[in-house]
Amino acid sequence: MLLEIKKLQKSYQLPDGESLPILEIPQWEVEAGEQVVLVGASGCGKTTLLHIIAGILRPSSGHVSIDGWDTTILTEAERDQFRAKRIGYVFQTFNLLQGFTALENVMIGMTFANGRSDKHRAKELLEKVGLGHRLNHKPAHLSVGEQQRVSVARALANKPKLVLADEPTANVDVGNQQQVIDMLRNTCKEENVALILVTHAPEVAKQFDRVDKLAEINVVISKRA
Amino acid sequence: MSLWKIAWRSIQHRSLASGLTAFSMGLGVALVVAVIVIYGVLDQTFKRSAQGYDLVVGPPKGSALDTVLGAVFYSNQLSDTIPYNYFKQIDTGRYSSHIEVAIPLAIGERLMVLRGLQIIATTPHFFTKLRYLNDRPYTFYKGDNLKPGIRFDAVLGYTAAKLTKLNVGDKFKATANTIVPSDNYPEPAQFEVVGILNPTGTPNDQAVFVNLEGFFVMIDHFPTSAVDEILKRSSEDKGLVADSDDNNLRNEKIAQPETDNKTNLTSNSKNTIKSNDSNNSSVGVKSTQKSRATENQRIDNRRISAILVLVKKQELKGEIKKVDDRDDVVLEINEGLHGGERMDTWTTALAGRLIADLSVQVASPTREITRLFELIVGRVQIVLVIFSILVVIVAGIGMMVSIYNSMNERRQEIAIMRALGAKRRTVMLVILFESILLSLCGGLIGVVIGHSLIAVLGPIIASAVMVVVNPLHFQLAELVLIPGLVILASLVGYLPAVVAYRTDVAQSLNP
Repeated sequence: MLLEIKKLQKSYQLPDGESLPILEIPQWEVEAGEQVVLVGASGCGKTTLLHIIAGILRPSSGHVSIDGWDTTILTEAERDQFRAKRIGYVFQTFNLLQGFTALENVMIGMTFANGRSDKHRAKELLEKVGLGHRLNHKPAHLSVGEQQRVSVARALANKPKLVLADEPTANVDVGNQQQVIDMLRNTCKEENVALILVTHAPEVAKQFDRVDKLAEINVVISKRA
Repeated sequence: MSLWKIAWRSIQHRSLASGLTAFSMGLGVALVVAVIVIYGVLDQTFKRSAQGYDLVVGPPKGSALDTVLGAVFYSNQLSDTIPYNYFKQIDTGRYSSHIEVAIPLAIGERLMVLRGLQIIATTPHFFTKLRYLNDRPYTFYKGDNLKPGIRFDAVLGYTAAKLTKLNVGDKFKATANTIVPSDNYPEPAQFEVVGILNPTGTPNDQAVFVNLEGFFVMIDHFPTSAVDEILKRSSEDKGLVADSDDNNLRNEKIAQPETDNKTNLTSNSKNTIKSNDSNNSSVGVKSTQKSRATENQRIDNRRISAILVLVKKQELKGEIKKVDDRDDVVLEINEGLHGGERMDTWTTALAGRLIADLSVQVASPTREITRLFELIVGRVQIVLVIFSILVVIVAGIGMMVSIYNSMNERRQEIAIMRALGAKRRTVMLVILFESILLSLCGGLIGVVIGHSLIAVLGPIIASAVMVVVNPLHFQLAELVLIPGLVILASLVGYLPAVVAYRTDVAQSLNP
């Protein structure tokens, strides 16, 4: 088992002191190399769940185990290091660093993980996503589709065990959506990396063998309903 | 990809804001650099220029510092003159056993100026027996030294030659314009350039040296009104009566044409004044006696500005008892001296004797310049450096504000780095490195601007204090700027770095 979530709860403190529950997941698992789509309406906690899996947010309670590591008991610095080495993140808005070239955007994640960067692997990944000719272009000089491909290459740079993709096609035009999905799935498969892709687009979801509805695994949503 | 490179990329990404921030830092650094370099060059030049001789004997009026500034740096006019026969007494008379070298200088009182440059009348020994900057001999870029005798030779300092565009073989007219109104002057003597010195890094670079004997002849040929003025001045000056050694001067066979004979001054092919005894033989005995008396009086009244003295220390050792009689004077001289700047006992003793015997001012150039720099120039420099550092600090605060303000728009960038696995400490370091790099860029800009400023101010400084400040002259103290700027950058970068440290990743990822 690559990812195992147990009795996970996440709630936010409101200004009036009330606690607002967002997530309550008794059990959820993803196998190594598995590709899972997580669907759900806006505001159902998809991004929050990804942030907790990535270690960006800490759950209010419960356990998140990745590759045998319980990330909920790690310190923040340890979670940062864990994230850098074992988790790749593809954002909805790409989140490329604007002052850096495509190549540097891929290499920068390596720096945070290992203190040094492997330029050869960064080039290889960019070539794999079809950007071998755009290595030294900055994000402003890349198309939206190209930017997302850089984002995918960056997510895979440190040979992670798990890639989290938060609505990666939401800001990509229709023509490029399928290309991004194919590229993401194929490269994850080639690198034997598990993929959890969050989307609310049915045409994306139906391409995956496993589609989980957050409304079904998140008890908070069930209770609201 | 190092954190330094990440920080540098961030700076490049905001090139305009970063450039302006570094420039404002650069302006502050430029002021510090200019102050450090100008002070450093002045300090070195003044202290080095004060080396090479032990004492400066000058007129009793004014301070010891005035004497040194006037006789060594040619930067001010000496308040009075001393009789030429004092030089004879020191050089070949009763003090000669204590003296290694004595060099007479005539400056200021006659204020001969060539295109703004001070003309110094001296002897050829100035260039053969004196040393500069830790025992370096004077060498000639072109031509040769002044020749002994009554000649109208001139040697130019390296810079003076460039400024005047005079070359070896060229002639110039020295003007004397302070004793009497210039209307009463005869055509001044023409001096011929016989040599140009190699650069020395001392005020001598900007000086024009002429043969003292030729200078005296020129002075002696002033019209009666000018001579009267000199005599009147000398008679008012007490204690200047020549002693027995003056007979040497009276007996010197120096041609003294009674009339203003400017042709004689310049027409001789070797630029040497010939004896004019034939003129004297044609007048009556009374007239001859009167003429000789006038001539002797003129020689008696020859005056110079100062004497540079190098003391013969070895020989003085055997005469300690003699100079001990003047303990009171010795003590007075030594009062206020300290540490390594103390004149040695023998030099001090000689200084005391000269003061007591001749009514002169005797100054130790090294001591006076050290005191000048410690008491005045050093303090002014400290004030200037403090102001400059304040400017740098203000620029640093400006940099902090600039980086801090950019943090709002950079929250997402920091959040992305954190999401990619950067620790809080890492993003904090990136911001601190950015601050340090901006400061160092500002420092580099400041060094360039500072030295450019020196290039602009150089001519003004040169004309004011006769010291050439090379814009490419770097001071070791400038290296202090590097750790200074790193510390300042770390301090001013700390606040923005803390903002980066506290950035909420989840909130900042999707604006």
